[in-house]
Amino acid sequence: MSDLSLPRVQHIVASGVVALVGVWVTYLSFTQHPSEAYVFPRLIATVFVVLAVWTFIKACLGWTKVGNGLSGAHFIRLLPGLFITMIYVFWMAKGLGFYTATTIAFFILLTLYDPAPHGAVLSWVKRVIITAVFLAVMYGLFALLLKVYTPREIFF
Amino acid sequence: MEFLFYFGDVFTPFNFGLLLLGTVFGLIFGATPGLSPTMTVALAIPFTFKLEPAAGLILLGALYTSTVAGGAVSAILLRIPGAPANIATTLDGNAMAAKGEGAKALQLSFLASLVGGLLGVFLLIAVTEPLSRWALAFGPSELFWIAILGVTIIGSLDGGSLVKGLLSGCIGMWLATIGFDDMLGAQRFVFHPSLGGGINIIAALIGLFAIPQVITMFAGGRVDAAAEVIKVQKHRISDAIRELMRRKRAAGIGTIVGSIIGLIPGVGGQIAGLVAYDQAKKLSPERDKFGTGHSEGVIAAESANNAMVGPSLVPLLTLSIPGSPTAAVLLGGLLIHGIFPGPDLFVNHANVAWTFINSMLVGQILMCVIGLYISGVAAKIAQVPKHVMAAVVLALAVFGSYSVQTSMGDVYVMLSLGVMMYFLERFGFSAAPLVLGLILGPIAEENFAQGAMIANATDGLGPYFLTGGMNLVLIALVIASIAYSAWMELRSRRYISKEEIIQ
Repeated sequence: MSDLSLPRVQHIVASGVVALVGVWVTYLSFTQHPSEAYVFPRLIATVFVVLAVWTFIKACLGWTKVGNGLSGAHFIRLLPGLFITMIYVFWMAKGLGFYTATTIAFFILLTLYDPAPHGAVLSWVKRVIITAVFLAVMYGLFALLLKVYTPREIFF
Repeated sequence: MEFLFYFGDVFTPFNFGLLLLGTVFGLIFGATPGLSPTMTVALAIPFTFKLEPAAGLILLGALYTSTVAGGAVSAILLRIPGAPANIATTLDGNAMAAKGEGAKALQLSFLASLVGGLLGVFLLIAVTEPLSRWALAFGPSELFWIAILGVTIIGSLDGGSLVKGLLSGCIGMWLATIGFDDMLGAQRFVFHPSLGGGINIIAALIGLFAIPQVITMFAGGRVDAAAEVIKVQKHRISDAIRELMRRKRAAGIGTIVGSIIGLIPGVGGQIAGLVAYDQAKKLSPERDKFGTGHSEGVIAAESANNAMVGPSLVPLLTLSIPGSPTAAVLLGGLLIHGIFPGPDLFVNHANVAWTFINSMLVGQILMCVIGLYISGVAAKIAQVPKHVMAAVVLALAVFGSYSVQTSMGDVYVMLSLGVMMYFLERFGFSAAPLVLGLILGPIAEENFAQGAMIANATDGLGPYFLTGGMNLVLIALVIASIAYSAWMELRSRRYISKEEIIQ
């Protein structure tokens, strides 16, 4: 096991998590009541756990050939965006109001990933304009055209 | 000839306007790398809620048709396939553009798409209704096996690993069991209030197809990834038509290969384009020119990937089995309007079915005409920086999934599934079988439960599900699809990535 490369370790961890979910689903399917409601889930869970454990064994033996895993650089680059997305969806959208939250999240994401130097004033102006235009389009589409009532909460 | 009765419905001002809108946006989105046809159609579903079923499907169908064709624009001018279906187009299309024949390559791609697309839709018209009448004879056991077949075919043919493909299908089928059991009303696997009503299929589709793309764009970091657009010089359309007439063999091979591959659930446009390209090359006296900017390569690839569009809907409309991820999304579009495709679609909703199919026929012509004029503009729009695209798609996904039932629970489910799918994809799992499992799971369960009741009153479960001519054929197909995939995996020949082609 000393020649464990990072992708191989990642494959073991990922397939291990899937196998654990498979075991848990199978356990629930065979123990929950009323048992008649779990006949089909039992069928699926059995196949699920067999395939998941087989995938885990393959990963442990280093037989996994498909999937590149996730490099550290990739992970670090996606982390800020994922973090903002989580905050946006799980807290800001409901807490601040849909349009306010979208404006803030959209602008932060643009700023975080814009290749233009952050010291350039023009790039900030550009991002403000893009955000304003996009939100206006979204408001027109969803609030005026489709009449979707979104949470307003603190702001809008 | 029943379809002719409903032709007029396509030309009402509203429906035709939607067809135009869907075609223009589809061409633009198709030309934008990273926006796949499946994701585009998934993001568009919330916009169809307020529409009549036929109008909603016209919009989705137009987007499907034109995103596949629009992907050729970026394949030719940016060397980046707009969709996996356009990978083969990159090989000669970009080489033609580099030689100063970009306009010719674009014209040939749209004309070839028109030829393939029209014949593909005619095949859909010819095959769908008789097949659906035949499918009326299916009982619960056959429908159960058909649902299982749908998942195993896509699970075994899509992606790079057979076991992971089938496992993805199982995960999807398990996710479909979350919520209330239809027979007893018992809650199953509800570990968060958001899941009380089960997983909403539209929110799931948006999450599974859009969010991994958004995270992939985040993972690209702060790089100016906008590719350079090759400038095009003017080229007469009449010359392109003459060139297409001269290259009838390539167009014919592309159309036939695309139509056949489209009929097979799970195979998809990427394979259609590559197989047609390969066959056209083998059968051409000028095979040495392939890969150097030869028009036959573009014609074969583009006629194939658009010929695939119509036939890929045959399993969906006749058996309610989506033959491709995009067809699965279209199924979601049908279900939100309370229309269940399958054997009785042409009996109970003939107007919706035929208007939709007819609109795809007209949409092919619009796609060609509009595509010839706006492909240059589309290529410019395709240069929208990835960070802007990521933020736009994320916001659309959030608003779209919320508007399904005005429920924050759907937004949470959408994001959770999307993030999960991103990480699963990094480890070789695929979204398509998971989506198919999610869609076909309830069909399989419902028919399993009905079949079990019949079986308990007659011969028992084993004889009911495992005997009978049709059951045996379907079981054989399930086994064959898995065995074929295992054999291909052993030969390690079946997977070619977009990156490999570009390199």
